[in-house]
Amino acid sequence: MIGIGVLKGLWVTLREFLGTYPAGRWLLTRLGASTGQGLFTIEYPEVKQQHAERHRVFPFLVYDASPDNLRCVACKICEQECPPQCIHIVGPAKDEQGRPLKAHGRTFPVKFDIDVSICMSCRICVDVCPFDAIEMDNAHELSGFDRFAEMVYTKEQLLKSNEYFQQIKPTEASVVDQRLAAKAAKTAMPPQPAASP
Amino acid sequence: MDQLFVVLKSSVVQLAGRWLPEGALPFVSMGLTIAAIAAAAPVIMMYLTWLERKIIARMQNRLGPNRVGLYGLAQPLADGLKMLIKEDIVPEGADRLVHSLAPVVAVVPALLVFAVLPFGRNMIAADLNVGLLYFLAVSSISSYAIFMGGWASRNKFSLLGAMRGVAQIISYEVPSVLSIVVVIMVAGTLSMGGIVEAQAARWFVFTPWGFVAALIFFLSGVAEVNRTPFDMPEAESEIVAGFHTEYSGMKFALWYMAEFLEAFAISAFTVTLFLGGWQGPAIPLWWVLFGSVCLVATARTIPTVLRVLGVVACVGSGVVAYLANEAVPSWAWFLAKTYGLVFVLVWFRGTLPRLRVDQLMGLAWKFFLPLTLINIASAALWVAMPGPSGGVLAGALLILSGWWLIRLNNPAPLQPRTYLFVE
Amino acid sequence: MTEPLLDTQLLEVNLGPQHPSTHGVFRMQALLDGETIVKLKPVMGYLHRNHEQLGEGMTYIASFPFTDRLDYFCAMTNNLGLALAIEQLAGGIEVPERAQYIRVIMSELTRLVNHTAVIGFLLNDMGAFGTPLLYAFREREKILDLFEMASGSRMMCNYIRPGGVREDVPEGFLERASRIVAEYPRFLDEFEALLTQNEIIRQRAQHVGVLSKELAINASITGPMLRASGVDYDIRKVDGYGIYPRFAFRIPLGTVGDVYDRYYVRILEMRESVAILQQALKEIPPGPSISPKGLQLVKSPRTFRPPKGAEAYGRIESPKGELGFFLASDGSPQPYRYHVRAPSFINLTVLEDLCLGHKVADVIIILGSIDIVMGEVDR
Repeated sequence: MIGIGVLKGLWVTLREFLGTYPAGRWLLTRLGASTGQGLFTIEYPEVKQQHAERHRVFPFLVYDASPDNLRCVACKICEQECPPQCIHIVGPAKDEQGRPLKAHGRTFPVKFDIDVSICMSCRICVDVCPFDAIEMDNAHELSGFDRFAEMVYTKEQLLKSNEYFQQIKPTEASVVDQRLAAKAAKTAMPPQPAASP
Repeated sequence: MDQLFVVLKSSVVQLAGRWLPEGALPFVSMGLTIAAIAAAAPVIMMYLTWLERKIIARMQNRLGPNRVGLYGLAQPLADGLKMLIKEDIVPEGADRLVHSLAPVVAVVPALLVFAVLPFGRNMIAADLNVGLLYFLAVSSISSYAIFMGGWASRNKFSLLGAMRGVAQIISYEVPSVLSIVVVIMVAGTLSMGGIVEAQAARWFVFTPWGFVAALIFFLSGVAEVNRTPFDMPEAESEIVAGFHTEYSGMKFALWYMAEFLEAFAISAFTVTLFLGGWQGPAIPLWWVLFGSVCLVATARTIPTVLRVLGVVACVGSGVVAYLANEAVPSWAWFLAKTYGLVFVLVWFRGTLPRLRVDQLMGLAWKFFLPLTLINIASAALWVAMPGPSGGVLAGALLILSGWWLIRLNNPAPLQPRTYLFVE
Repeated sequence: MTEPLLDTQLLEVNLGPQHPSTHGVFRMQALLDGETIVKLKPVMGYLHRNHEQLGEGMTYIASFPFTDRLDYFCAMTNNLGLALAIEQLAGGIEVPERAQYIRVIMSELTRLVNHTAVIGFLLNDMGAFGTPLLYAFREREKILDLFEMASGSRMMCNYIRPGGVREDVPEGFLERASRIVAEYPRFLDEFEALLTQNEIIRQRAQHVGVLSKELAINASITGPMLRASGVDYDIRKVDGYGIYPRFAFRIPLGTVGDVYDRYYVRILEMRESVAILQQALKEIPPGPSISPKGLQLVKSPRTFRPPKGAEAYGRIESPKGELGFFLASDGSPQPYRYHVRAPSFINLTVLEDLCLGHKVADVIIILGSIDIVMGEVDR
């Protein structure tokens, strides 16, 4: 048990200890030793960790300009593909005769619930959505006291504006905006005149 | 400043002499000392836990507790409160009397040894002329407590832990006692105050036999109090908590207190026996007070107002100390040295993994014990042949035997390994 | 034969499932003679979550988030295994060059992450009160931040897909990764200074839990445990999946096969991983990060219907051993049978042989050196 290896190990921890104090760092540089890594703690909640842009926690529904102009058309693909089955959609909204209602030229869901405690943050709903209507948010302080009132987010709680999306994820939002603009340009193109025989 | 506490106590005793008869005064004096120690011991233990948490945290690149009060200083109070209000669980089928008695039997000897510690000049509670023998006898009672705790818990893990603990403590008693024999030989007395005074010329640690004896005594002490790297009996990762698994609340607090008080006691005894006790070079007190100005001024977590006040207080007291020509008091030296050794204990805990039971015992019986016997011979040489010749012979004997024992104890299989690399 | 002088009893002890050091919920029923193990029976299944059966009810792509949670330290390599199996099942989906390099980078970063964590936990089991563990986790944090940059999540990455990776790495990722990889050898040197020459560790770990070559091969042990016993078998070299044949790296082999060898082989493997990472980060070409067929799979998982009766087994060298995914299709978008060959589970079967004759304290260390994650053992 006795030997140099133990002493070398003790020196490593002493160096880390001294390296967390300014006086200790001065002493270590005078001795020509490395100053260790310093303190690694982030003192939450006064200081919050900087997350990467792509940090994903919980989905949200995107709307352009006003909440009733949401991009979701209630196609229910995300509900089908969600691995833990945490999305519940009722829709599209229909009138008394059973014909789908339209807002801004699109159908829309009546209810859109996502259960916070079941969601795995896997992002598959975002990947499969053909209309870029659902995106991942990075707000993570989502605690609540009530299991169903606070831990199941309804459509109103999920709706957030495109400006919010651009603010939290600039690169991803610009890619999505370009894609949507290209799609809009294609559908807005006047139909080609038929080739004359 | 040096005799502050002695003067305080004698003035209180004189004050009591106005109302009480003469015969009662020694009891008052004793009572005051006992009260002081009994009040200080839990405080020492609490702030020792705080110190351990902060130091280990800093070694691990993180801050220790710093939310409960400034720098986490109120953390031990919060811990104490938590332990007091916890439910007291005694396992079904356990021996209730022994289960409840075990922590008490652990704490009482830990407190009793404080009676012979020389905290400063003229500051021993009871300067017995067999002080050292008293210390050795009383500190051995802890093995009873461990076995009582392990057996009464009716838990196989606790029993394992208790058996390991008892085996360990008994094994390490032997090198511990034998290493003190050299101190007795040279100092010529068993009394603690006498040993400290015998180091007035040179601390025992600066002699070859004293250095080896100090190391062995300290390491055996670490083993006696079950601290890493010898904390097999309470190995958290194997047998959950060993002999104190089944304790909760106040009883666990008592075990905890016993462990930390013993750790402090071991450091204090090493300081007394080998490191000169309360003696120290005669440094003027105002150096220390002015030096602490820098620390207070640069402490960023304290609000500026308090920092300014702290600097003013330090400077003011420094001026007073300069005018009074005070040296650093003896009890301050004692405490500084003891806490230095406590830092070493915590440093070991933060760095080293633990030894397995048989390796632990192998270390005691096969390495420490022969070395202490040879150490006694070398101290005898030192005493018989005063002057450089005795010193050189003693040192040579120790170095040779130490090297030979290390060789003997590191068997061949622990050679460096070779590793192949395949493309 | 003379009767023993002292009549003793064997002590039956349950180590776990609630135990600070069994790496998850794992139970060992041990029969002890004093402190020596006479019999040891591992009991698993406390973390069984029906992973394989869930996979039969979902599309192939929907299983990816669940593979993250199998061996929760190495999410990226789990994804890679399933992606390889699906590519095989589809009869070969093309993977662009850049995606191959990204896959190698992520796999080797995962290897670094896993090995530091394992060594940290092994030292924690030995009793070093958390310090090597916290140093290891400090280094892990930096790499986990890299994973968050690329995939959005630190541990449950869900990043690698058949046909490439789900999204290209963002700007700044490669520079940051190069910086971290450049500093890693210094951390490894410091870590080794703390541990490798430490006499206490050598005394505790050498000649403890020796695994012979024959037993290792007979029991299908794979990974660092096998290589520590001296068998030269690394799937990155044997199968050469992805673009591994392009990188120059060596395979460290141990000689004795004890706990110390397993610990040290992992440190050497980390150094080799650093070498691979440096080469990959330098040579990575620009280009697409997923092939068109892969992109189609990401956007519409239900269109992937392999022919009925097709079977595939995709395996990779995960940090713990050979991680294999077996898929059998019946023509529908959901697999007919989905099985995971978990290295931790198979490596755990020799636990009794390794522990017989050793003490209780050694059992914990041996378990730590096998490197198990209960998520993988129980699935």
